[in-house]
Amino acid sequence: MSAFETFLEGAVRTATPLGFAALGETVAERSGIINIGLEGAIIAGAFGGFVAAGSGSIWIGFAGAMTAGIAVALVFAFFAIQMRADQIITGTAISLLFLGLTATLYQQVYGATGAALTIPTMGSTDLPLLSSIPVFGRALFAQPAITYLLYAIIPIVWWWMYHTHEGLGLRATGEDPRAAVAAGVHARRFQLLSVLFGGAMGGIAGGVLVIAQAGSFAEGMSAGRGFIAIAIVVLGRWHPLGVAAAALIFGAASALQYFFQALGWPVPYQLFLALPYVLTLCGLAGIAGKAVAPASLGRWPDQV
Amino acid sequence: MGAELALFADSLVRSTPLIIAGLAVALAFRGGVFNIGAEGQLLVGAIAATTVSLAGSDALGRFIVVVSLISAALAGAVWAGIAAELRRRFHVLEIISTIMLNFIAIYLVSFLVRGPLQESTHIYPQTESLAASARLPLLIPDTRLHMGFAVAVAIAALLSWVFRKTAAGFRIRATGASPRAALTAGRIDISKTSFLVFLFSGALAGIAGGIEVTGVTFALYENLSPGYGYTAIAVALIAGLSPLGIIGSGIFFGVLETGAIALQREFGVPSSLASVVEAAFILGALALAAMKGRRISGFTAAR
Amino acid sequence: MSADTARDSVLDLHEITKQFGSVVALDRVSLRIRRGRIAALLGENGAGKTTLMRIAFGMIQPDSGWMEVNGNRRRFASPSDAIAAGVGMVHQQFSLVPVMTVADNVALGGRGKLSTSQILGTLKRIALETGLELDPFTKVENLGSADRQKLEIIRTLAHDAKIMILDEPTAVLTPRDVSDLFRQLKTFAASGGAVVLITHKLADARAHADDVTVLRHGRVVLSSHMSATTEDSLATAMLGRSSRAITQAKARQLDEAASSVASLVAVVLPDRIARPPLNLEIKAGEILGIAALDGSAQLLLRVLAGRTKPRSGHIDLPSRIGFVPENRADEALIPEFSLPENLALADAGSRHGLLSWGSFRQHTQEIIDDFDVRTPDTNALPSQLSGGNQQRFVLGRELYDKPPLIILENPTQGLDLNATEFIHERLRKARSDGAAVVFYSSDLDELADLSDRVLVVSRSKVESVSPDRDQIGRALLGTNGS
Repeated sequence: MSAFETFLEGAVRTATPLGFAALGETVAERSGIINIGLEGAIIAGAFGGFVAAGSGSIWIGFAGAMTAGIAVALVFAFFAIQMRADQIITGTAISLLFLGLTATLYQQVYGATGAALTIPTMGSTDLPLLSSIPVFGRALFAQPAITYLLYAIIPIVWWWMYHTHEGLGLRATGEDPRAAVAAGVHARRFQLLSVLFGGAMGGIAGGVLVIAQAGSFAEGMSAGRGFIAIAIVVLGRWHPLGVAAAALIFGAASALQYFFQALGWPVPYQLFLALPYVLTLCGLAGIAGKAVAPASLGRWPDQV
Repeated sequence: MGAELALFADSLVRSTPLIIAGLAVALAFRGGVFNIGAEGQLLVGAIAATTVSLAGSDALGRFIVVVSLISAALAGAVWAGIAAELRRRFHVLEIISTIMLNFIAIYLVSFLVRGPLQESTHIYPQTESLAASARLPLLIPDTRLHMGFAVAVAIAALLSWVFRKTAAGFRIRATGASPRAALTAGRIDISKTSFLVFLFSGALAGIAGGIEVTGVTFALYENLSPGYGYTAIAVALIAGLSPLGIIGSGIFFGVLETGAIALQREFGVPSSLASVVEAAFILGALALAAMKGRRISGFTAAR
Repeated sequence: MSADTARDSVLDLHEITKQFGSVVALDRVSLRIRRGRIAALLGENGAGKTTLMRIAFGMIQPDSGWMEVNGNRRRFASPSDAIAAGVGMVHQQFSLVPVMTVADNVALGGRGKLSTSQILGTLKRIALETGLELDPFTKVENLGSADRQKLEIIRTLAHDAKIMILDEPTAVLTPRDVSDLFRQLKTFAASGGAVVLITHKLADARAHADDVTVLRHGRVVLSSHMSATTEDSLATAMLGRSSRAITQAKARQLDEAASSVASLVAVVLPDRIARPPLNLEIKAGEILGIAALDGSAQLLLRVLAGRTKPRSGHIDLPSRIGFVPENRADEALIPEFSLPENLALADAGSRHGLLSWGSFRQHTQEIIDDFDVRTPDTNALPSQLSGGNQQRFVLGRELYDKPPLIILENPTQGLDLNATEFIHERLRKARSDGAAVVFYSSDLDELADLSDRVLVVSRSKVESVSPDRDQIGRALLGTNGS
């Protein structure tokens, strides 16, 4: 593989968990809920995926990851939707809770030497024909099968959001819950379901880290991806296709380090690690005025 | 000089950055600024304090500590200022920008201690140790408890006074509680108020980092902060954003974390359990507030 | 009384009771709505009309009582259930999504695949049947309030509503739009529908409704055929006394020599809509009423209050200006702050140094005494006060240091008669003390009652008329030929 192909492959690999998490968060935010607890869903997904994949089956592993993510989302939903507690504070606490809980459980169950435990990992599956497209083929179509699931979910979410009554109801809820309710939309139900969907996607993102990439669990291995995913949602302007593109761009920024390492440039690696975050900040400033968040994002009116 | 005293002193040492960063968070939240970047601001404060201490300890003598803490405050303010300017000019949500800046600060520390600021043997990823004159004096001799704790208590008292008694503190509270009413009924320049609140919040977090370096670690290294800036959010929230309450919640969390470390050492209980307890406290506080019909809110002035 | 038979009844409310905290909003209220008729639900603000209809629409759950639709007992857990049962509601506000198009707003609440052509077909059908027509692809945020209301009616028709509830539908309409509306409602009733008209305007109800129910303090005080009532009997029922004892203060002749309090010369307002520059002089000792449609007066008022800068032109304003914004809870008061803190809020932007809470508390007490604010204690939170008492406190605060200029937006909206009269009286007193009072009201009667002169503001021009209901209405319509 050429250095450029390595770079592209790395971009897609980094983008895959971010894409799952950001897509789920997009749906949640379009319903008016910002879930900073996404980080917690990802780490729980990673842990749940790790435990479930211990059964020997990759797909049971992903099911476990998804279930763990949904469980985290349920806790978030109980406080943020049922009790209408502040979403940001709830989300912060949820992230803290599950980062701590997974680390504690991991040490208790697997001990300090748990890193030696291995689980079955998902190898890459070459899609016939597509993977032989020059330059882009291998990067996009010689990936783990879970990546293809993401490719499929992106257009489905987009179609659902813009071409069904339910998608319209979701967007209306995020813009103006009172109006949505008055028009006969079950605003709370939409918010709950979209937060659970976001949790499931966050869980799968964690599963990807463990099952398709690292092959083992490590404390705090989500490494801020939940927060990055939330930034990606803004960069993608709350549109599923835009969010997918933003995830890929972020992945590319992260993968630059492989590219430059391959070229043998003597630049400190920390600068490359920091680069995606710097670019995200610049991107957020750059789309100022063009990005319009759902009008009721983060708050619920006093009277509905 | 018993083990209890040492453990107690250690707890207060641990609580010092939590109190100061907690005050930074409370100042921001009370002013309607959702600064969750205390961690990053604390780290750049630590960088600034280390750099100034190492460079100027010969020239400045005893004043070096004061100078290095002031530079820590300035560095924290500048770091927060990036997010403040992004918010003011481009309406970038500070929730997102401060988290990004936290990551950048972590990599910045990593770069510095493995690059330009690395100690002279180039073996360990850390800076040289601070000269004795550049270190904070001790509060209780023969313990690790340093003057920083007294500074933390003093800042809490000052902030409490500012909120209750001064026109500026009232403007901050009004802006945070209801930006629209502050603007319309109070004719307060809310954009300027929240910008300044952001800077001062960053400055406080920066001081927390400076005190950690000059009082505890005496050098800069990776993982200097075990997430003080994030725990500070819990510290501030559980105290209901009250500055004097933060002294209590900061000490409580200091005891909790010191105890957790001791438990891990003695009995092998994972110290990460401390963050589970902290999170449970935040959620408990939220549930209590929700049941009383009051709302703890951090999103009021975000846009 | 054949019309009273249960056969004609489409919606029956039985013994509905609803309490908010310690306030009984509805006390065993029963109401029967009949096919083919327009029913008026009359009452003062706060009488419980809207609460009752929100229960009928599933937005609020009653504490006790039950409902029947077409003779079948029903419970609506949400508006979605009500819509499915053929109940539609046209709200005063908050029921359309501004950033979405007309077509999207009509489609909202449906299920399954979204078919644009199907919605366009529905809109076309409704346009043919009723004459109600809007461009399907216009965003709601670009529609005026009359068109928004039209869209809400179209939406209830698109949902196949058999019962249409309208909450104060004439509040935002010009007289011409009002007559259009009632023509359409009569057509709807004639085709077998039932209409419930929530209003506090006697004249509208008398002119158009077949049946009438009057609520006062959450109880039904009168229910009958409209023909069996007189204007006086309805007024008595609504107000609990024989006639409105409003002193129709005659408009004062303006003193030519009075000094100018504020002046605007060639000011261009800071919105994107092209308007001609504005010239305006406000004199000491006058009450200037502002009439406008679609909130187009708000910018002018905010510029006058010094809260918004004009795009260009010259303004001369006094340094102290009292300002009472329309949205009390959001803009005038901070709910978490005590009354003394809310007093301190005024001028907070220009204050320096230390605060003297002792004197703020003392001033608060003076306002409470002087403006008869009913509050548990001096340090109460605004939420412990009723809307009327909140408004008394805000007015007291803004008048406290006798500013030469006082600006108010809809100062009596949502207040009961007592509070309204009190506020009018205080404004007249401020005028006699030499202040200039400028207020906007969406109520033509209030403008006519209170003003010395009236300024009618529209997007294209500003004109001065005398305080007469008919003249204001005509100027708003833009038809001055008489």
